[in-house]
Amino acid sequence: MTRPSHHRLAGAGALLAAGALALTACGGTGFDEPAGGASSGGTELTSSDDALTVLIGSSGDAETDAVTAAVDAWSQESGVEAEVQVANDLPQQLSQGFAAGSPPDLFYLAPEALAGYADNGSLQAYGDLLENKDDFYASLVENFTVDDTFYCAPKDFSTLALVINDELWAAAGLTDDDVPTTWDELSQVAQELTTDDRAGLAFGAEYQRVGTFMAQAGGGLVVDGEPVADSDGSVEGLEYVQGHLQDGTFAYAADLGAGWGGEALGKGLAAMVIEGNWVTGALDNDFPDVEFTVAELPAGPAGPGTLQFTNCWGMAADSPNQQAALSLVEHLTSTEQQLAFSEAFGPMPSIESAAADWTEANPDLTAFLDGAQYAQFPPTWAGATDVVTDLNAQLESLESGDVAAILGTAQSNLEAIAE
Amino acid sequence: MSMSALASARGAGRGRRPGLRRGEAVAGWIFTLPVLVILGVFLLVPVLMALWVSFSDWSGRGSPLSSEVGFVGFDNYVAVTTGGGLAERDFGVALRNNAWYVLLVVPLQTALALFLAVLVNRAVLRGRGIFRTAFYFPSVTSSVAITVLWLFLFSTSGVVNTVLARLGIAGPNWFNEPSGVLHNLLRTLGVDTGPQLLTGHGFLGLTWWDWLAGPSVAMSAFVLMAVFTTSGTFMLLFLAGLQNITPEVEEAAMVDGANAWQRFWRITLPQLRPTLFTVLTLGLIGCWQVFDQIYTGTQGGPGKTTLTPAYLSYQSAFLSQEWGQGAAIAFVLFVIIVLLTVLQRWILRPADGVR
Repeated sequence: MTRPSHHRLAGAGALLAAGALALTACGGTGFDEPAGGASSGGTELTSSDDALTVLIGSSGDAETDAVTAAVDAWSQESGVEAEVQVANDLPQQLSQGFAAGSPPDLFYLAPEALAGYADNGSLQAYGDLLENKDDFYASLVENFTVDDTFYCAPKDFSTLALVINDELWAAAGLTDDDVPTTWDELSQVAQELTTDDRAGLAFGAEYQRVGTFMAQAGGGLVVDGEPVADSDGSVEGLEYVQGHLQDGTFAYAADLGAGWGGEALGKGLAAMVIEGNWVTGALDNDFPDVEFTVAELPAGPAGPGTLQFTNCWGMAADSPNQQAALSLVEHLTSTEQQLAFSEAFGPMPSIESAAADWTEANPDLTAFLDGAQYAQFPPTWAGATDVVTDLNAQLESLESGDVAAILGTAQSNLEAIAE
Repeated sequence: MSMSALASARGAGRGRRPGLRRGEAVAGWIFTLPVLVILGVFLLVPVLMALWVSFSDWSGRGSPLSSEVGFVGFDNYVAVTTGGGLAERDFGVALRNNAWYVLLVVPLQTALALFLAVLVNRAVLRGRGIFRTAFYFPSVTSSVAITVLWLFLFSTSGVVNTVLARLGIAGPNWFNEPSGVLHNLLRTLGVDTGPQLLTGHGFLGLTWWDWLAGPSVAMSAFVLMAVFTTSGTFMLLFLAGLQNITPEVEEAAMVDGANAWQRFWRITLPQLRPTLFTVLTLGLIGCWQVFDQIYTGTQGGPGKTTLTPAYLSYQSAFLSQEWGQGAAIAFVLFVIIVLLTVLQRWILRPADGVR
């Protein structure tokens, strides 16, 4: 009886020893300690001969090729080696890199992820060191500013606009003069364009589309740093959408059997959709025969409103060669380079000095750039992603839902994370 | 001298085996060491570290064992179970979804697996090998591939809805339909909202009425998929169990005049109790850990109705940077699985206490 227990003890000891060994091994190699106090807000950039790794979440080959070409060109010029990696799950790969202490030097970073990574010190703030700092749109800079620190350079941006299928538009007897500029006109043309197997206007069942109506009615989720999800404007916007979902002139893309708005438009399941700059490339690729017009979203009772989306070039606090990374960012956000990116895969340059050239090159798409004047941003507080996900879950059943209850939940969730 | 040396050796090595057997224990440890190290490094240490993370404020940067990470007691557990915020409600929703999933998948897949095993086990069946392979085939296919297949089959204009349309039924928009199946049933009976008793009170941020929504239409498609993919594996287990049963007992029952139905329920099934326990336990654990289908298929949507604790744990940690809460969810899930397994073992215990 004593022997087995003795053995068991020895076994436990061996396991513990192995565990302790493994733990020290982990401490030594698997995780590197954060590089001291030079984490957030530090202005001293590291410098070394190390090669750079750039991790991007690519929309397709066009984007991958364009970014790779731009990085290679910089590499030739500067003599610093740099490699572009395409993430198949960007947030997960970033999190793993930060935990292991070996993150990519530069990476795409969404504004809603910024606060979380900034809080745990994973990011190197470098915005104020940029040569072309003053060239970025102020609203974009604000989007990447946490606690008065401008963290990272906006790489480009997109806004939402009304995209119209020309063929269906003409077939309904509508002309260029009929492009809606108010909610009443929108209701009217949507009704005229709706048939048994087609909705007048379609969009994704998410705040990232439906939120435009909240903005046009004077509401939104977070305006001027205050949660306003249950304001009168937000309620009015959602009720307008709800009414038209019920009468069938508006529809969610998924309910039409399309993955997203662009597909609904291309397949003729909807005559108009609310989408962003990315829609042009996707339509040209997937539905080359479909002719479309891009117009500004109609104004609501409180004026025009749309939503803006952007990403920045995040820089890791643990990067051993931040000075080279900064130089690469300046190259990637230069006027010339951003115009090249825009031509290759669609988004608009994040700097004002490129606006004139962009408008000239894309005369049919100016509605997107015009929207930047009054566009709102999705909230960027830490935890905001969860709030928006929760709201989106409820928006899916907006047609039969209780608008006040949906927005009330969103409001209390926002107040819980308000900064 | 040799005597005293032996005696002292004996005295020193008390508890060791004498003579030839000496050193066997050491050899044994050396032989098992590789496995112990591998299990320790890849299983025990990560689990212990995750347990630590669930009690810490680790933010996802650097080592969770560094001096900058603090102990926060049960804060993370409180946030997901009684915090009153979004974290608690998400956890409630995830538990609700997964509970319905388990409640449907486990009995269905067990019954189907047993049924298939009995069919395949019958001596008269021609081409048994073909059927056995065919039934087992979904189990060896990657769950990602099957999920993608399912997304196509159950799309709005997919095969399933086309067949339903031929039968004159307007199929639902499967993976985009967040409404609960039970709520839908009640709606056809004219019940749109629950009684105040159910809607006014709740648990984990969800009203009882919401708990009773049933699996959403989207989750039901996942239920069908789980039954389709796992029945084959469990069929093999039942098949092995069936082949272990000696035919004499059944023949004796035949002599006693029992018909096929009685023989199955009174003779075959009781003898399959150990197999049944294995199948139910494996099914229960597998169902509570469902992750890959959700990750590749719906990411928790539509309307969070396919959110599961396993996916929520991943989402809290990797996407929301709430690593402590993610680990806490994983350990609450672990406790739930252990409790349910113990409960199920108790229910399935032999009536007379003999194993």
